[in-house]
Amino acid sequence: MRFSLSLAVLSVLASSVTSPGAANDDVLKAEAERVAVVARAREAAVAIFAAGGQGGGSGVVITPDGYALSNFHVTKGAGDAMKCGMADGRMYDAVIVGIDPVGDVALLKLLGRDDFPHAVLGDSDQVQAGDWAFAVGNPFLLATDFTPSVSYGIISGVHRYQYPAGTLLEYTDCIQTDASINPGNSGGPLFDSQGRLIGINGRGSFEKRGRVNVGVGYAISINQIKNFLGHLKAGRVVDHATLGARVASQADGRVTVADILDDSDAFRRGLRPGDEIVRFGGRVIRTVNAFKNVLGIFPRDWRVMLTYRREGQTYDVPVRLEGVHSPEELISKVQGRAPAEPVPDEPMPEKREPGQRRPRDGGPRPTPALARREPMPAEVKAVYETRRGYANYYFNKLERSRVWNHCIARGDFHEATGEWLLRGELAGGGDAEFRLSDVAAGCTLPGGHMRVPITEDLTSASDPPGSGGMLAALELWRRLVVLGPEKFGDMYYLGTAPLAGPHAAADVPALFRVLGHDRAPAAASHGELCDVLAGTFAGVECRFMFDPKSGNLVAMEMYRSDNDDPCELYFADYAELEGRVFPRRIEVRYGDAVYLAVKLVEVKLDKMGDK
Amino acid sequence: MRCATGFASAVALSWLVAIVALVTGAPSAGAAGLSEVIGQVQPKIVKIYGAGGFQGLEAYQSGMLISGEGHVLTVWSYVLDTDEITVTLDDGRRFKAQLLGADPRLELAVLKVDATGLNHFELAAATKAEPGTRVLAFSNLFGVATGDEPASVQHGLVAIKSQLEARRGVFDTTYKGPVYVLDAMTNNPGAPGGALVDYEGRLLAMLGKELRNSLSNTWLNYAIPIEEMATTVDEIRTGKFVRKPNDEPNKKPDKALNLALLGIVLVPDVLERTPPFVDAVRPDSPAALAGVQPDDLVLFVNDRLVQSCKALAGELEFIDRIDAVKVTVIRGQDLVDVTLAAPAEEK
Repeated sequence: MRFSLSLAVLSVLASSVTSPGAANDDVLKAEAERVAVVARAREAAVAIFAAGGQGGGSGVVITPDGYALSNFHVTKGAGDAMKCGMADGRMYDAVIVGIDPVGDVALLKLLGRDDFPHAVLGDSDQVQAGDWAFAVGNPFLLATDFTPSVSYGIISGVHRYQYPAGTLLEYTDCIQTDASINPGNSGGPLFDSQGRLIGINGRGSFEKRGRVNVGVGYAISINQIKNFLGHLKAGRVVDHATLGARVASQADGRVTVADILDDSDAFRRGLRPGDEIVRFGGRVIRTVNAFKNVLGIFPRDWRVMLTYRREGQTYDVPVRLEGVHSPEELISKVQGRAPAEPVPDEPMPEKREPGQRRPRDGGPRPTPALARREPMPAEVKAVYETRRGYANYYFNKLERSRVWNHCIARGDFHEATGEWLLRGELAGGGDAEFRLSDVAAGCTLPGGHMRVPITEDLTSASDPPGSGGMLAALELWRRLVVLGPEKFGDMYYLGTAPLAGPHAAADVPALFRVLGHDRAPAAASHGELCDVLAGTFAGVECRFMFDPKSGNLVAMEMYRSDNDDPCELYFADYAELEGRVFPRRIEVRYGDAVYLAVKLVEVKLDKMGDK
Repeated sequence: MRCATGFASAVALSWLVAIVALVTGAPSAGAAGLSEVIGQVQPKIVKIYGAGGFQGLEAYQSGMLISGEGHVLTVWSYVLDTDEITVTLDDGRRFKAQLLGADPRLELAVLKVDATGLNHFELAAATKAEPGTRVLAFSNLFGVATGDEPASVQHGLVAIKSQLEARRGVFDTTYKGPVYVLDAMTNNPGAPGGALVDYEGRLLAMLGKELRNSLSNTWLNYAIPIEEMATTVDEIRTGKFVRKPNDEPNKKPDKALNLALLGIVLVPDVLERTPPFVDAVRPDSPAALAGVQPDDLVLFVNDRLVQSCKALAGELEFIDRIDAVKVTVIRGQDLVDVTLAAPAEEK
């Protein structure tokens, strides 16, 4: 081995001796390639300056129309209107779009161009220790001429976990690099050696040596951000997830459930104290950190595959994640008072038991008022709307319209305000008939006839028994289709989520998949995320999911209570109906079971086409 | 002759490899190679947990496997100052470790865990680095990794090989030998005991304790070459390095020595393992005559390691009061050997 190695080495030496220029050329070629990659990548980097001239940080543009990523802890100090300098030496106005205070991510939009230089998103699950990488940004706010600084290094580790401050600024599944990350680099891009965006630099380990780089920087993985991007584009204040269970590592390396909330979805799916967590989100779980890493990369309400083991038997269940905070709790942390320490680039000394449920308080202290804001430029004002619970409500309306307009392009039934009659064949045999209207929803099934009045309170409308409220859900589906999101009742664009019906029937395409069947769930499922509109009517919350390609409504969930499973409707086999498309297959699920699946053979929508 | 040739070619090899590294070290070409090397080295790196956890003293450090049977090389530090040393292997397996021996002069310790068939470094195969050698540093700095999570990897260059002794009075260390000074920020909390390898994955050195230059308030990034430690490590492994506590009760003399006879008063023994600091020295006692001073920390008695007040008292029970005793203390940042004469006969 050594001999052959020596030979190989000798041959290299020989070539470099006989033609000293050869090796030199290789070095120069590699250097030239690196310079070219860096030159391209740095075009997308952004130097963020607070509107009042106080502080700032870094960012990176990811779309031609100017959407850019940064850290929450950068933009919250910079204000909702920012000045952004780019490598071309120009300064652009920018507006906040959405924030993820737990994940320390912010989405902003640079204004004034539709051809911004932008970064290509990489696949951070392919990154491994030893890969070359470089950080671009504005360390120590040096870039007064907007020229970004570049620091080169290697990936020191992947899937790292760094504790939050209270409940905010938690770095899960992050990328560790020895490329210099200094104050001011926060929010800036970490690129791989090919110039693909693999992460957003946000913090480092410093401890006793002062707040300068000690070779240990962390970047939020771009695959995590991809999962949250739809939520961020919604202009929302986005929350992260918990399982509702506390886990602990055992001496033998197993990770087990220490306790679990009995109103959590995981509990309803069968998880109990003492169960061993085997896999979660497609990853083998052998440390509490690994468990928390998976939790951290998915937004709340997503369904993620969980495998647990009890007495030698393993169980695969899709688990719906719940929020770290109640909505009001998160909003008051972010909008009610100042959100966090002024510059949270340091590892937080706070220690918790492994897997300990995030403390409900421990919120950061209010910080002194920031520098006085300058008046918002007119260009920014035009794309900015305040509303409690939103970082920028303007973008929520924008996305809500986009989704609905796409849907009704081929399926506009706003005239069908009369009774809907749907007749079909049940998958298990037998006929089904549904009559839906503003006043009542009824069905005739082999078991008999049933009718639910549509009242101002549908929270107890659970009929037929075992369906989770199928009749009310069907009427609310009709309500959306007829009235549209603006008249449905308090409806907003939630963001994106995977369609997670556990059925993999042949006629239900890859859309119906549960996160976690793939080795790299975030990346693999990204293309299949649905747009989600959420609205509340008569006391029940509904989620409507739209296929981003066709615009079709493919699923809805109706939640009558926080402590119960939703009734799920899945719509498939869209076919032509009077020049529009209408689903011909509806499946109803509740909990772990399919309640019914019906193939529609007759559809009569009253007043359709009447003038 | 054969041996000499082998040596020469090994030296040449390391030089040639440095050239190859310069060529292939470019980002586009070198990336795949580094991942491969890292994959080979990671199974040899361990996480060590022990005493500490307060006042900026981390309760963890790093180490490397140096035998298939669970010998671990690490730095000698307060982290090991406990009966509960835990070693976590790269695959996540956790073991209670035994302190086989330590040499505070080299600031090294050898631990042993009860396992076999482990991937490990052969100290005999360790190589040397020159200024300019590209290196990778493996450690669990800041305790970032737990369980089966891999250690952190940093890259850098050997800037110079230099004597730490030249900086005496500046760095708080008892090690006075040569070190590789690195251009990367490798010596962070938790990193001591980590491995420094070249781009071929060959072991060069062990990351040393955090050292702050008391004049410039800067931190030194360095590693102690394996060649400085290999002999001592072998002696500890083979039991020739007699610095373990005595544990054969039948060898105790009838009239043993004790601290009072030597004139040494230790600090109050209030902890499970109170470090044996000298609180006072009785005038005209053997200790006073030998120059023992208050605040000396007793490390060895007749070359046997004593880690606590109890251990020191226990060790003296093996020494006949008619014999002189050699005591090694840490005074400031120096190791000082003193010989205490046999105490005068009691009247």
